[in-house]
Amino acid sequence: MTAALEVRNLHKSFGALQVARDIDLTLERGARHALIGPNGAGKTTLVNLITGVLRPSAGRVLLAGEDITRLSQAARTRRGIARTFQINQLFRGLTVLENVYLAVAERTRACDRLWRPAGAERAVIEEALAHLDALRLTDDALKLVRELPYGRLRLVEIAIALALKPKVLLLDEPAAGVPSSESHLILDVIGALDPDIAILIIEHDMDVVFRFAKRITVLVQGAVLTEGAPAEIAADERVRAVYLGEEARHG
Amino acid sequence: MPREADTSARDFLAARHRWRLVEALPWLIAIAAYFIFPDRMTFGAQVLIMVLFALSLDLVLGYAGILTLGHAAFFGLGAYTVGLLAARLGYGEPITGLLAGAAVAAVAAFLSGWVLLRYRGLTLLVLTFSTTILLQEVGNVFKEFTGGYDGIPGIVIWPLFGRFDYDLYGRTNYVYCLGVLVVLFYVVRRIVYSPFGEALTGIRENVARMHAIGSPVHWRLVIAYTISAALAGVSGALFTQTNAYATLGVFDFDRSAGVMIILILGGTGRLYGAFAGAVIYMILEDHLSKLSPEFWQFGVGFVLVLVVLFARRGLFGLLEDLSAVLARSRS
Repeated sequence: MTAALEVRNLHKSFGALQVARDIDLTLERGARHALIGPNGAGKTTLVNLITGVLRPSAGRVLLAGEDITRLSQAARTRRGIARTFQINQLFRGLTVLENVYLAVAERTRACDRLWRPAGAERAVIEEALAHLDALRLTDDALKLVRELPYGRLRLVEIAIALALKPKVLLLDEPAAGVPSSESHLILDVIGALDPDIAILIIEHDMDVVFRFAKRITVLVQGAVLTEGAPAEIAADERVRAVYLGEEARHG
Repeated sequence: MPREADTSARDFLAARHRWRLVEALPWLIAIAAYFIFPDRMTFGAQVLIMVLFALSLDLVLGYAGILTLGHAAFFGLGAYTVGLLAARLGYGEPITGLLAGAAVAAVAAFLSGWVLLRYRGLTLLVLTFSTTILLQEVGNVFKEFTGGYDGIPGIVIWPLFGRFDYDLYGRTNYVYCLGVLVVLFYVVRRIVYSPFGEALTGIRENVARMHAIGSPVHWRLVIAYTISAALAGVSGALFTQTNAYATLGVFDFDRSAGVMIILILGGTGRLYGAFAGAVIYMILEDHLSKLSPEFWQFGVGFVLVLVVLFARRGLFGLLEDLSAVLARSRS
């Protein structure tokens, strides 16, 4: 069976600065894969390369066997790659409902229609409400995004990504900055996601990583240091050195 | 109670595009003006033309967030299409003239937009501005044909529907412009409340997110730009028809800037901002230029500074804020 997502020899440099070096990564269908590494390792850059925000200098990205390296970000999304952002990217002046409505409407091509009222697209509204309901956001549906507390916004990020019905979902630090009293809600949501979706999660909290991931890739200075099952990664001396070194420097 | 919240959320989107009673107000005022100022209808027609022009800009600037200082290009193309058709080909039928003006402006917007709308912000501002100046200069180079800055001589517009001739007071023109505005306002309103209009708002609010939900952003912008230009073309065509003249002055930077000021005065992205802004601007211009033909722009500038300082979201934003304050003090 072809993998849901395959990254082969991916390389990206800005001038002399190499931010991604020969990265190989495979996500099988239904994968629960974590991407870890110290700050500046190039984790978000990798997500940007996979989703098409950045064009790689070399290498290929395959979605279900199809080469999507040269496709635009929007074209990749329509083929089934969705992401959440480390820093919220929401429509701040719109309601929560409209935020999710837009994702559903773009996916179903309802946005090509310019003569029908948006409110007459019953199927789109119903689906958007269902996504909100699944993440317990129904009560916030009519609130403006800019009026919501931060933790809720992280859920809206996820709701938008799920409204795209992705085959591959990239979660860039979904619980970052959320107080622990609320983060369990986000982790519950992530834990309950459709088992068919291949998920790559970037996360700093090792408890989350080891609870959620079946595979872990460690990225250091733009290159894959190692990849393996959680137990292998936990036992790996080099990984420890990287993280301990990091902590020692911060401490 | 999630069920209750569910229902109200459903109603919110379903009810948003319904007509509200207060929306009759601008049209009632327009009709009242016809009876109250029967001898100022020439001026009235010019106000309506500016409302339509500002409305066209609102679609791209207010909704899609496209920053353009070159909207006079499409106004000018509409104006010249009608002018040249009448003066060079002797074809002066008004309604098909409007359609021709819209078509020429739309084609120009589609082609230029395809290239220019890859840029945003200040870059786009300068590019749209320069494109307009280039168009104006092309008109100047071929001044044997276009009449240059002296204008196109001998424009004759046929009676409306072959029956209604134009009177000295501009009453026919006023009714004609009001009719066109009603139809095109309805078109803009449909678009704004459609899923496509929602997508335009999304582009304005967060273009990175639109890319990430798979929206063909560039394509959507080109479509919006083309529709907007067609409307601007109609307003330019009306300008030539109601004045029976057109000079290269229609491409002036003042016009691009003026229509943006109108929208800022009234409030962007809210349909009726164009109405309020155009009326205020035109009356201000009319009075101030009688007061001081040389320095009237100082007055407009002063009002603009006040708006930017104290009413960022225009007249309608100010009204919203005031009613919010009133509601709070009452409770």
